[in-house]
Amino acid sequence: MSRSRSAALLLLPALAVLLVLFVLPQAVLLVASFWQRSAYGGLVHAWTLANYLRAVEPAYLRILARSVWLAFATTLVCLLAGWPVAYWLAVRTARRLRHALVVLVVLPFWTSFLVRLYAWMFLLRQEGLVNQALQALGLPALPLLYNDFAVMLGQLYGELPFMILPLYASLEKLDPSLLEAAADLGARPWRRLWRVTVPLAAPGIAAGCLLVFIPSLGAFLAPDLLGGSRSVYAGNLVQSQFAVARDMPFGSAVSFLLTVVVLALLWAFRRPLRAAGELPG
Amino acid sequence: MRGAVRIEAVRKSYGEVTALDGVSLDVQPGEFLTLLGPSGCGKTTLLRLIAGFEAPDSGRILISGRDVSGLPPYERPVNTVFQHYALFPHRTVAGNVAFGLEARRLSRRQLDARVAGALETVRLSDLGHRRPDQLSGGQRQRVALARALVLEPEVLLLDEPMAALDVKLRQQMQLEVKNLQERLQTTFLFVTHDQDEALVMSDRIAVMNQGRLEQVDRTEALYQRPRSRFTADFLGVRNILEVAVESVGEGRARLRTGDGQAFDGIDDGGFRAGGSAIVGLRPERLSLEGERGENVVSGTLEDEIYLGDRTEWQVRVGPALLRVAESAASGRERRRGEPVSVRFRPEAVLRLDP
Repeated sequence: MSRSRSAALLLLPALAVLLVLFVLPQAVLLVASFWQRSAYGGLVHAWTLANYLRAVEPAYLRILARSVWLAFATTLVCLLAGWPVAYWLAVRTARRLRHALVVLVVLPFWTSFLVRLYAWMFLLRQEGLVNQALQALGLPALPLLYNDFAVMLGQLYGELPFMILPLYASLEKLDPSLLEAAADLGARPWRRLWRVTVPLAAPGIAAGCLLVFIPSLGAFLAPDLLGGSRSVYAGNLVQSQFAVARDMPFGSAVSFLLTVVVLALLWAFRRPLRAAGELPG
Repeated sequence: MRGAVRIEAVRKSYGEVTALDGVSLDVQPGEFLTLLGPSGCGKTTLLRLIAGFEAPDSGRILISGRDVSGLPPYERPVNTVFQHYALFPHRTVAGNVAFGLEARRLSRRQLDARVAGALETVRLSDLGHRRPDQLSGGQRQRVALARALVLEPEVLLLDEPMAALDVKLRQQMQLEVKNLQERLQTTFLFVTHDQDEALVMSDRIAVMNQGRLEQVDRTEALYQRPRSRFTADFLGVRNILEVAVESVGEGRARLRTGDGQAFDGIDDGGFRAGGSAIVGLRPERLSLEGERGENVVSGTLEDEIYLGDRTEWQVRVGPALLRVAESAASGRERRRGEPVSVRFRPEAVLRLDP
């Protein structure tokens, strides 16, 4: 058998999984988003654009905008918080300690995100640990739970490892003598950061931002558990259309709009992402 | 004073390991000085202290008469050519050369002109738009030189810049760098472990061993008269013998080999009658053919090594093995085990400090 034949055969299982679990459901959603809902929540096979027209009504656009904003803010905060950690791990830590510390970064994955969000609820609620500590210090209790702050915090906590790991991977490849060369050529620390470190870590930055932004855009667990009744994000909207309102066509349309936003972003970031794919090792 | 480097009693250790053990050295403005020594002798550490990447535990470093202790690398009037060049992979050749200039307030036109001038100096004018990974080793080295020299440093530091090049290219670059230095009259402080490279390029050589300076001398003087056993060994004095000193007088010393054969050496004032000494003999100053007025030591021919342009004879003299180099042209048929006489002039005998 030729090499290309056997390569194609080896790809088959992966392609089959993608087809059944990704392409088919997406196709079902796409078709459903152009159909109508029956009175009892079933599908009526009649073509319509009504679902999309409804999805871009101001009330729903506002929810979509909130989601984009949440995803954007989560990504930015993750980048600012993850960068020093990744830099410290990759550049300042002894080689033999690095692997142990990277394991610490992914340690939270050993517990379900749901359980960890419940833990945050215990920490943040009105009589939670944080407020108890504040009161013990004679400070007033703060409204920490059931608001956008709590949602952001939950998202940041959940997504941070997805930012740190790609940043770490690209910073670890950074040759320290390049930073010495930059200093030698008269570059102060800020100049070194912007002219050497950041450009060379660009693939990691792009990968990390996408890995955080995309799940954040459709996030529904953190908004659901930490956000309270007034914090509706696109993820919750889609989930409630399927599970509560039983309006599959409308839920599909909203979900497809999210996909379009993600595709637009992939297009915008195509260059650094391609570079990320070409990185050795 | 511009371009002078003064190193005063500099010490540096890493934990238990002493990298520099009290080094003092004066580098003259405009001179090409090489720090020569085996790996781990402290030569690169010294260069890094001058560049400002690390700080000495004690001692001072002055550049152009100014104490630079405590100054970060980006405030020192020196630039470095790194061992593996450390070119910025995300910038073109011209972008690499422009890097240091960008921090200075130059107009676009001034900057372009200086970059073009530097690229012309290293004969890379046509390759300004290339990326470093599209260049050969020699071209990368030239970019590294241009990138450092475009800033007109008072002192240029070069950290084994030829180590990654093949032999032929290395010899070519040695001459090129040497010519460049003579043209620019900039102080070059060059680090290498290759004695041939040091001899070809340097005005002066500082031999380093275990964090100390063994000998600092003009290149020819160092080659002709290495003072210590270490320096002699490092500079190709391949015969080093322990001898007994029988008598000293009239500018000469009467010496005896391990198996009791006597020969004369020129007394530099360091021989003590009745004591012992270490002497060095360069293989090319020994001969198996006769001449009048020479020392004669007899031994047994043990091996012959053919080296193309010359032949090396290994001669057993008591406990010692003497290596004799003769040009291939004079070569006569000799057999192993044959008794031979090794001849050399008293001037060939170098007294060495242990």
